Amino acid sequence: MSNGVLVDISKCIGCRSCVTACKTWNDLPVKTSQNTNQWDAPVDLDSDTWTRISCHIVGEGNQRKWRFVKRQCMHCNEPACESACFTHSFEKTEEGAVIYKPTELDKDYCVGCRYCMIACPFNIPKFQYEKTFPYVQKCRFCYDRLLENERPACITACPTGALKYGNQEELLAEARQRINSNPGYVNQIYGEKEYGGTSWMYISDVPFEQLGFRTNATQKSIPSYTWDVLKWTPYIFVGWGALLTAMRFFTKPKEEGHNEAEMYAPVDPKE
Amino acid sequence: MYGRNWSFRITWFRILLILFVLGAVAAALYRFIYGLGAVTNLNNDWPWGLWIGFDLLCGIALAGGGFSTALIVHVLHKDKYLPIARAALLTSLLGYIISLVSLFLDIGRWFNFWRPFFYWGFHSVLFEVFWCIALYTTIQVLEFGDIFFEKVKFPALKKILGYMMTPLLILGIVLPSLHQSSLGSLYIVAVDKLYPLWWSMLIPFFFVWSAFFLGPAMVTVEGTLAAKAYGRNPELPVFQSMTKVTMWMMIIYFIVKMIDLNYRGVFGMAFNGSHESNMFLIEMIVFILLPIFMYAIPSIRTRLWGVVTASLLVVVGVVFNRMNVVFTGMAKSVGSSYFPSIWELLITIGMWSFLALAYLFIVENFSILPKEEHTHTTTRIYDTGFHA
Ligand code: SF4
Ligand code: SF4
Repeated sequence: MSNGVLVDISKCIGCRSCVTACKTWNDLPVKTSQNTNQWDAPVDLDSDTWTRISCHIVGEGNQRKWRFVKRQCMHCNEPACESACFTHSFEKTEEGAVIYKPTELDKDYCVGCRYCMIACPFNIPKFQYEKTFPYVQKCRFCYDRLLENERPACITACPTGALKYGNQEELLAEARQRINSNPGYVNQIYGEKEYGGTSWMYISDVPFEQLGFRTNATQKSIPSYTWDVLKWTPYIFVGWGALLTAMRFFTKPKEEGHNEAEMYAPVDPKE
Repeated sequence: MYGRNWSFRITWFRILLILFVLGAVAAALYRFIYGLGAVTNLNNDWPWGLWIGFDLLCGIALAGGGFSTALIVHVLHKDKYLPIARAALLTSLLGYIISLVSLFLDIGRWFNFWRPFFYWGFHSVLFEVFWCIALYTTIQVLEFGDIFFEKVKFPALKKILGYMMTPLLILGIVLPSLHQSSLGSLYIVAVDKLYPLWWSMLIPFFFVWSAFFLGPAMVTVEGTLAAKAYGRNPELPVFQSMTKVTMWMMIIYFIVKMIDLNYRGVFGMAFNGSHESNMFLIEMIVFILLPIFMYAIPSIRTRLWGVVTASLLVVVGVVFNRMNVVFTGMAKSVGSSYFPSIWELLITIGMWSFLALAYLFIVENFSILPKEEHTHTTTRIYDTGFHA
């Protein structure tokens, strides 16, 4: 079983150490963000920001509390991005990371069609719009570190233990145990079933729909939807072709063809 | 006819079109040098905009006239439709070329465009779309070769093409059937993103079916335009007899749509008053039901204005539907809004101007439209069964 991360939202204090660690390890330029009058900065992921913290104020009056959610690629078990890419630029590795080949393995297949961005249910892949020959960019689970048996940079940076890296099964078991032993948690592990399951999983003491998660998510993986349609292609190709050929010969006019050359003519471009 | 030289009459209108094309070429060069971000309003929320949504998706659908007439004329051998066959082939070919150009403009790393031929992401719908469009455009060029070599004499080549014609014709129907539907399947991936009034496992069916019934309507519209431009008689009898096909196909489309909405339990969403539901209602009432009624009523159907208006509704309706899928239906899950930049619009206008110019040049130099004698006596000839 591959590896994953368990995020405990109740433990995150929104310090953004993980964001800084990600930028540092991956050598990503820092963009100066405008003052948006929000606590969310940066406001969204972009080609140079692979993880960010979103802030949510939940509850009423005295019950009001802050919650911080780390966002990044979920590293789906059956990634939509992988199935959508027609050059197979994305790959789910044994380690659990969903990597994008051009930058990870020094291969260069991507044509920049951005279909992966349409496909990802979490809107993760981002495009370098400012570049002449742009790439798609997203969190790569620090694949280079995983190969060295190191934990991802963000995990090592987290001071509160909100992020836990490990075997996906074990993390699931631990998440279930934490939920059972503490009634404060919502009884749901986000990422256990969503879109066929993801390597990153979240538990929370606040309902997920209040934290900007898409909670009506289907439990079937997205590739299985497309495959349900695509698998018919060869049969349609052969069957429809055979039917057409049969019809063409069956309905062949007895009288031998028309002289098409006689029937059409160039138009006279007169007034 | 063959001795004639190449000719292209220059009018003010054509000069205007040429200016649009030149403007678009300049903008396209700029785009290739400075990247997508410099000319388009595309962003991370809206990775696909005008070029994919309109030029590609609509361009290909509008080119559906090619495969539906090919099926009717060359497979079912309904000879009375022969007068429009070549014009339909031509517009279809031009439509595909536009789509390929817009695809090429839109991909960020255009020098890699050939990659999908060698790196098989066969689990991607886009892979199927890409292969089918590439192959089908080639086939259309070959089919057009048959016409081309009538003017440019090259008997040996014409003979080879002649032998290849039947398989080409069959492939030329199978491939577009496949990818018209897979253009719809592209959006299956947007399971929780596309508004449920449009997202459906049946979306491939809706796309190919509407592309097919759009064909005759498109032929009617462009046939009338061409007749107007050249002071000819429109092929009214042909247009009229095609309305039957379109009407029944649209009725089936409508019924399947209703069953599908009910089956998925989202029928009520059509009336919840949201922007999406209103757009959906317009799509169904103005662009599906209205033309069905117009085609069904003889006193409308048999008049030129009637057929043309109804057909125009069908054509606009399919464009409207594609726009709803690409933009209206996605807007909610995306959150932000998109409107094409002036440069995107300019390039689009330029591409369609080019299409118009190419059409004019080709019909004035190749045998595309039926000879005038035929058109003057259309009614009589077709009633007795043309050449049959
Ligand atoms: S979250 Fe999106 S980008 Fe990440 S693996 Fe899943 S589909 Fe791919
Ligand atoms: S943009 Fe690149 S990685 Fe994404 S689907 Fe297209 S070719 Fe694949």
